Amino acid sequence: MNYADIVLPSLVNGLTTGAVYALVALGLTLIYGVLHIINFAHGSFLMLALYGVFFLKSGLGIDPYLALPVLAGGAFVVGYALQRSIIGRASHGRDENILLVTLGLSVIVENAALYFWRSDTRTIETPYAFETLELGAILVPVPRAVAFFGAVLVAFLLWLLMTRTDLGKAIRALAKERQGARLVGIDVDHVFAMSFGIGTACLGVAACLLLPMFYVTPQVGHAFVLVAFTVVVLGGMGSFTGALIGGMLVGMVESLSGLFLGESLGQIGVFLIFIAILLFRPTGLLGHRA
Amino acid sequence: MSPRGQIAIALVFVLVVASVPAWVASDFWLSFVIMSLFYAQLGIAWNILGGYGGQYSFGHAAFFGWGAYATAMAQIHLGANPWLMLPVAAAAGGGIGVVLGWLSFRYGLRGSYFALVTLAFAEVFRVLATTFAVTGAGAGLLIALAPGAAQLQFTTKAGFLYLALAFVALGLAASLWLEHSRFGARLAALRENEDAARALGVDVLRVKLGAIALSGALAGLAGAFYAQYFLYLDAGIAFGPAMSVEALLAPIVGGLGTVFGPVIGAFALQLVAEVARHVLGEAPGLALTLFGAILVGMVLFLPRGLMSLARRRRA
Repeated sequence: MNYADIVLPSLVNGLTTGAVYALVALGLTLIYGVLHIINFAHGSFLMLALYGVFFLKSGLGIDPYLALPVLAGGAFVVGYALQRSIIGRASHGRDENILLVTLGLSVIVENAALYFWRSDTRTIETPYAFETLELGAILVPVPRAVAFFGAVLVAFLLWLLMTRTDLGKAIRALAKERQGARLVGIDVDHVFAMSFGIGTACLGVAACLLLPMFYVTPQVGHAFVLVAFTVVVLGGMGSFTGALIGGMLVGMVESLSGLFLGESLGQIGVFLIFIAILLFRPTGLLGHRA
Repeated sequence: MSPRGQIAIALVFVLVVASVPAWVASDFWLSFVIMSLFYAQLGIAWNILGGYGGQYSFGHAAFFGWGAYATAMAQIHLGANPWLMLPVAAAAGGGIGVVLGWLSFRYGLRGSYFALVTLAFAEVFRVLATTFAVTGAGAGLLIALAPGAAQLQFTTKAGFLYLALAFVALGLAASLWLEHSRFGARLAALRENEDAARALGVDVLRVKLGAIALSGALAGLAGAFYAQYFLYLDAGIAFGPAMSVEALLAPIVGGLGTVFGPVIGAFALQLVAEVARHVLGEAPGLALTLFGAILVGMVLFLPRGLMSLARRRRA
């Protein structure tokens, strides 16, 4: 059997899953870069968004790709409101408190999902699920191709937002110097909440791109949160390009270690990268020293 | 509070709980006390590192799991006596604590990064334990039934209550020692300001390692207790995130960095869980949903825990 016949499709699979990881990680890194908060509930919010996509499809018959604006908008509103009402008020001067609050939120969301929806694995059926594109010798399933290009497009839009708009300028100003930003008249609480909202909106988009090729259970967020953290620390906290590259790298590592080590042990590859980076290069590949 | 007062309260607590089997016959309430003591023990372990040392771990299940698996595996594969495994479980939990602590503290990981790396280690252990046959893989480990105190499988609930109480008493003694020893003062100093503590001559790495070793050892003992009480283990229970969350809940609810906070927190949380079960029925996810809400509420409105209520009234 030709080696390339298995490894190459596995790499493409990894690359496309990695693009979605990158999208999830972009939201996380945006929130971290501005608010210096590690949002522990990020994976749980993604899980909620996945359920949103699932129920829109199974209940109302709305295609996941058409549901994208609804999910992105809904996730934005949830993120904005949470930051203003709960997370922003929790610090009491210690960042650890915010970490605890987001942990608490993730525990609530995950277990409430378990309570209401049980731990059944749910998938949706789409007419294009089994269609493929031919790229030379490799067949790429359509949902994977859409996910890849969708994720790259969203990353590009985010980059435009950050570099070409007043909001982006305000966000970057806040990330650099909180006090100075306040002095020049930036509404700090509003911009914080906007960043958080945009960060969770990325999850809404990610969920729409992900579900046609994936499944949802209440525990699925837990798997994603560590992967997203890995991507973020790999790329460097707060770095956009880093998140994009890191996401694809992690996707490929996961896919390859799954191929060579088996389904169960394969998960370990990502965690080991994560631990190694945290220990030896906490600033990441493209991050700057704090 | 004076050390003498604290010791007096600890003694009264131990005596009152020890007398519980004498006037409570219902297995339901004995189980309630046992589980509260178990979570108090786990909370005390977390509190030593997180409360006194300010190093928040999100992966205390790693230490708990090593203690639990050491106890179960030595009995199943080597036929060891579980009593002898108690110190081994403590050593396993403490040893893993030192390794993990040495790796992360040496590179100056603090705050959120430390929390994440502990969580990642617990996940690695969980994946490993679900993979290999020696840890029972996905099916878990069953310890053979051998009732009798000699095999650490008490035939009455009271036996387990005394064992859990002994562990809690040990944990309380360790916390009291921390509050009044030089080591504890150094630990509190680095929690408040690590750079200042280092400037004053505190060997930061060494003190942190001491704290994580003690914390890991107590969590390992809690793991051994769990294995003997339920006689069953799997990777999700031993290394899963739920155990890590439960470990930090009790001290946060009761009061971080206090001797009695974790105990008060554990009893309060178990009470809430029981009431919820009674009112809303047994359902997966219910208790933890409530616990999550309590965690958020505590951090928002009562960040110093239930203990701060008592202190406020006295002031």
